[in-house]
Amino acid sequence: MLPDLLGHFGDFGGRYVPETLVPALDELASEYEKAIADEWFMRELDGYLKDYVGRPTPLYYASRLTETLGGARIYIKREDLCHTGAHKINNAIGQALLAKRMGKRRVIAETGAGQHGVATATACALFGIDCEVYMGEEDIHRQALNVYRMKLLGAKVVPVTSGTKTLKDATSEAIRDWVTNVRTTHYIIGSVIGPHPYPRIVRDFQSVIGKETRRQCLEKEGRLPNAIIACVGGGSNSMGIFYPFIADKEVRLIGVEAAGKGLDSGEHCATLTAGEPGVLHGCKSFLLQNEDGQVSLTHSISAGLDYPGVGPEHSYLKTSGRAEYYSITDMEALEGFKILAEKEGLIAALESSHAMAHLMKLAPTMDKETYVVLNLSGRGDKDMDTICKVLQIGL
Amino acid sequence: MNRLREKFAELKSSGGKALVFYLMAGDPDIPTTLDIIKGLDESGVDAIELGIPFSDPMADGPSIQAAAHRALGKGMTVRKCLDLVRSVREFSSIPIVLMTYFNPILHYGIERFAKDAVDAGADATILTDLSPEEAKDWVSASKRNDLGTIFLVAPTSTNERIKRAGDISTGFVYCVSRTGVTGAQSDTPTDLPTLVNRVKSMVGAPVCVGFGISEPRHVEEITRYADGAVVGSALVNLITKHQGSEKLIGEVKKYAMAMKNATRHDETPPRT
Ligand SMILES: Cc1ncc(COP(=O)(O)O)c(C=O)c1O
Repeated sequence: MLPDLLGHFGDFGGRYVPETLVPALDELASEYEKAIADEWFMRELDGYLKDYVGRPTPLYYASRLTETLGGARIYIKREDLCHTGAHKINNAIGQALLAKRMGKRRVIAETGAGQHGVATATACALFGIDCEVYMGEEDIHRQALNVYRMKLLGAKVVPVTSGTKTLKDATSEAIRDWVTNVRTTHYIIGSVIGPHPYPRIVRDFQSVIGKETRRQCLEKEGRLPNAIIACVGGGSNSMGIFYPFIADKEVRLIGVEAAGKGLDSGEHCATLTAGEPGVLHGCKSFLLQNEDGQVSLTHSISAGLDYPGVGPEHSYLKTSGRAEYYSITDMEALEGFKILAEKEGLIAALESSHAMAHLMKLAPTMDKETYVVLNLSGRGDKDMDTICKVLQIGL
Repeated sequence: MNRLREKFAELKSSGGKALVFYLMAGDPDIPTTLDIIKGLDESGVDAIELGIPFSDPMADGPSIQAAAHRALGKGMTVRKCLDLVRSVREFSSIPIVLMTYFNPILHYGIERFAKDAVDAGADATILTDLSPEEAKDWVSASKRNDLGTIFLVAPTSTNERIKRAGDISTGFVYCVSRTGVTGAQSDTPTDLPTLVNRVKSMVGAPVCVGFGISEPRHVEEITRYADGAVVGSALVNLITKHQGSEKLIGEVKKYAMAMKNATRHDETPPRT
């Protein structure tokens, strides 16, 4: 079973952090083991997922989309219907319960699109925990709606002005806070990244998506899907839906990264497609970096994908050949956004629109007898400003 | 490596304490870094920690983050840092510890880096985010090339971890004074003597304390119980303040001498 005891997924993962944090990571790992073996904890988590988050989320048959693309039948896993509007809450609730269990009265988080920040602020409001969210200044502007939400939920949003002013620097700043306040604070990482045990914990909490999907597929189709498609930023919604299918070799697992202005432009964040192994934010994984081992500047129209690293388990799934990874440009993602809105009445997050855009290429090449599942990781309210500006839609 | 080992042996036999200064290679530029190292050497500083800039220094506070970005902005690279060490060796045999994060080294190639660092005249490395668990290959490559490895211990470290860091550290063990990132502070933590004594009881190597040290009175206090003190952000701030001014080297030397003096306890008059 992966990861191993030190958090390795083959050559990837592990723990590359300042010494100060190692004991806290050890504590977290051992507390997590105890929690998942504790029936009461798991029942409490399930209760919140059901009655508060609104799980299980539906698996919806998208008939007009299927008809339009004219190939594989398309089902959509509706994570956009989760409370707060994205899959991020699955992990935030789980980790906030862990924080409570460990007696930590303060929680910090990093956020890109603001969905993880909102989810964490929500969980903290729910459990009465102090919450501070680090967010790059550029993301504060492009995801303003989520900043208002976090503030209304009682969280403090700390603008990060260093480096690229996006998710990468927000993560560095959150780690600096944690190094300083580690004795009182739990850091809720928002994706399957970071030092061990985070990639495992986040994957486990998100794998509720895949477990439900598997059951729903068997109910509706009597067999597993031919492919599952999800967008990859840090990789949590994709890892969550992939994980329960890993042993089912006949199911293609397809991750979609952001190609920004194009892979040749240098302005993208297609880590698995164009990166090389490296170490950032506590783990070894694929990384976008220059010839001197400095981390590259990235770009994506979608704040949630705008990150130069990726979860170590994805690096493992890529190199072992179990999963496939492709990339989609900003402009293609907007096409994905439009088709979901116009054919299915779904306003998707820009992140999820990348997965949709890849499906537009893939579905027509597949036989009508096949079927695929698209993970709609979140809804797009937060992206209205960005999208309407690019598509030149006025009031 | 021998320069570092010899320096501590020499300090031990003379009853002296080490003063180590950190600065960022190439901030504000390579010639100035060389001049500063020369000035530090002339002021009696015992060793240099030379920062190789990394784009994402997650254990550093604002001063060293900014220094890293300035250095990278000026085109600093790993190779140029090694060339800088080579240039220092033309005029000084002060021990040099290269301090950075793991990724630039991993990307350069660990065996190749260990070899090139020693060839250039470096004595040891500190890789802030390389925990002992992940350091096996790096420690072997360093051993093969006679490059020292220095690991950090922190106030949160268990005794077991402190022992392990001691086992794989050569030259000295770096004791982080507080939970936090680098940055000049006005006071030393009250529980620091307890921490240092705990570390000393567990490791054979000399123990130097860093993070937050900025004033002679800090050095005076810390070198009463530790084998040395490491000063980083405070020097980086001083360099930033006087950057471009002809006063820079003079100011650095004045500061370094005051700090070095603070390590000489028998010469300080008793406090009244
Ligand atoms: C809706 C949505 N999908 C996807 C992502 C990307 O993260 P991950 O790859 O961890 O799922 C985000 C991140 O903010 C998001 O908000």
